[in-house]
Amino acid sequence: MAETPVPPVMPAAPPLWRRIWLPVLVFALLAIVPLIWGERFILGLVTRAMIMAIAALSLDLILGYGALVSFGHAAFLGIGAYAVAILFSHDIVDASIAFPVAILAGALFALVTGAISLKTRGVYFIMITLAFGQMALFTATSLSAYGGDDGLRMFHRSEVFGSRLLANDTTFYFVVLGTLLGCFLLLKAIVASRFGRVLRGAKENERRMRALGFDPFLYRLAAYVLAGAICALAGALFANLGMFVAPAYMTWQRSGEFIAMVVLGGMGTLIGPIIGGIGVTLVEEWLAQITQHWKVIFGPMVILVAIFARGGIVKLLTRGDR
Amino acid sequence: MSSTLLIIQTLNGLQLGVLLFLIAAGLTLVFGVMDFINLAHGVQYMLGAYLAAMFVPLTGSFVLGLILALATALLVGLLLEVVVMRHLYDRDHLEQVLATFGLILFLNEGVKIIWGAAPLQVPMPQALSGTIRIADGVLYPVWRLAIIGSGLAVAVGLWLVVTKTRVGMLIRAGATNAPMVSALGVDIRRLFMIVFGFGAMLAGFAGAMAAPVLSVEPGMGDNLLILAFVVIVIGGIGSIRGAFIGALLVGLVDTLLRSFSVDLLRLGGLSPSDARTIGPAIASMSIYILMAAVLFFRPTGLFPAKG
Repeated sequence: MAETPVPPVMPAAPPLWRRIWLPVLVFALLAIVPLIWGERFILGLVTRAMIMAIAALSLDLILGYGALVSFGHAAFLGIGAYAVAILFSHDIVDASIAFPVAILAGALFALVTGAISLKTRGVYFIMITLAFGQMALFTATSLSAYGGDDGLRMFHRSEVFGSRLLANDTTFYFVVLGTLLGCFLLLKAIVASRFGRVLRGAKENERRMRALGFDPFLYRLAAYVLAGAICALAGALFANLGMFVAPAYMTWQRSGEFIAMVVLGGMGTLIGPIIGGIGVTLVEEWLAQITQHWKVIFGPMVILVAIFARGGIVKLLTRGDR
Repeated sequence: MSSTLLIIQTLNGLQLGVLLFLIAAGLTLVFGVMDFINLAHGVQYMLGAYLAAMFVPLTGSFVLGLILALATALLVGLLLEVVVMRHLYDRDHLEQVLATFGLILFLNEGVKIIWGAAPLQVPMPQALSGTIRIADGVLYPVWRLAIIGSGLAVAVGLWLVVTKTRVGMLIRAGATNAPMVSALGVDIRRLFMIVFGFGAMLAGFAGAMAAPVLSVEPGMGDNLLILAFVVIVIGGIGSIRGAFIGALLVGLVDTLLRSFSVDLLRLGGLSPSDARTIGPAIASMSIYILMAAVLFFRPTGLFPAKG
């Protein structure tokens, strides 16, 4: 891929509306959902949507800010989920142990696979991340001690320091919402930091960053590890949501969905992938209620997004500002 | 591990290899000439199988059904090119991946609506439905040999077209430096449309040939697509030779390790129960490990076309 010349101007900061008010609006809406619809189904659905949003958010760090198209991101979701469920099957049911282990497992897998994948560029990067995702999938299917193809069931949600706090769906909802908010604020701070600027700089013009004395590889690897860790956290929550894990969590189709969420919402905006993640999950559910063949509607929607919605929902909402 | 099994599995590996080659050939050319990632290439394979499942009983003849299926696969390929792909040539890989991912969802579900979710069977031609004795006490289905034979014939044909004809020269030139070919006055878009349609037809041919030995079902192309990507990445994007060698390599490694990984691990000193647990996992991962290794040492594949 030839490096495209970039005009030597700093990109303008996003408009205030997108920077402050859109996130406030999104999180406020999410916070009042349980007050309006208390039904289990709606709560569970929106909780799932928020977990997907965390995963999409983590992908945005590498995809939107690093231009690294990872086609194996679902592996991290599965690794986080399996870490929690496997520990559970060994009677380690406390979130204070299980969640850090899940996050570390995701980070470790990202460190190893990232160190190899990031040696490649462009198409090859897409393919090699896909390959690692497939490896994780096949490993999960071969874990016959932990359910193999059929997956692994948990008898209840993780405990929090010995109490069954998360068993309550509303509490769990707010824990997930809090995690989403925490990840959002963390990533927002990170992309605004020097680290984030180097990452973006390497995306815009790698050669120039090298000339400035930065090693883009290390910054990309750090971002990749962080994204993997956050996605594994989403996986840990996902395992708790349904109290079930299965290899199907890490198919390449799900990785494709994550990409769709990020692009649909708006790459490199952080709030966009959250909207995209929630939006895609809800639309899928809505279409599935209309027809069992919802994919014939969803597929063309994805195609139209790819062809026409450059910049995603966030750019559409804030059109004219930039 | 008996030598009989080894012979049979080697042939099975070759069969998977040539099927992969038929799919990967179109993929690698499309990739090489237009720098376009077509995830939907796997559904072309599935479509070929479904079209065979429809036309073969309809015409009562495998050959006639195959010809109709190929013609339809070509038309569908050209249609997709005009409706979707054409709008994505100048875009990022990301948008191409996303759009063709949507296409997969649509077409996988579409065949479910048209033909139902239940697997279909395709009868093989009567004359080729028997078995043949290839060595002492080793019987092998003739049809599988026919798949290998036809795949190799297509490979030779493709090689002749790509190396000896004008179109082939343009394709090779396009894979090496598309803007230059365009600047020399060649209508690269039309060239690409031809390549795309032809690639779709080849994938359809693979599907139609495989249909009698596999069950024809929605999503059957998805896993093969991933394998085909592994093939072209190992072989080097844009290279027919690379696709051929990569395909045979992947077909053989995957098939042989699937049947012998447990035995090999036991020979390596693992306990039988450990070998039985780890063996299948290693077998299904082997080609991805192969690909990661190739990319690690040769980041642009074994036979890079651009250079």
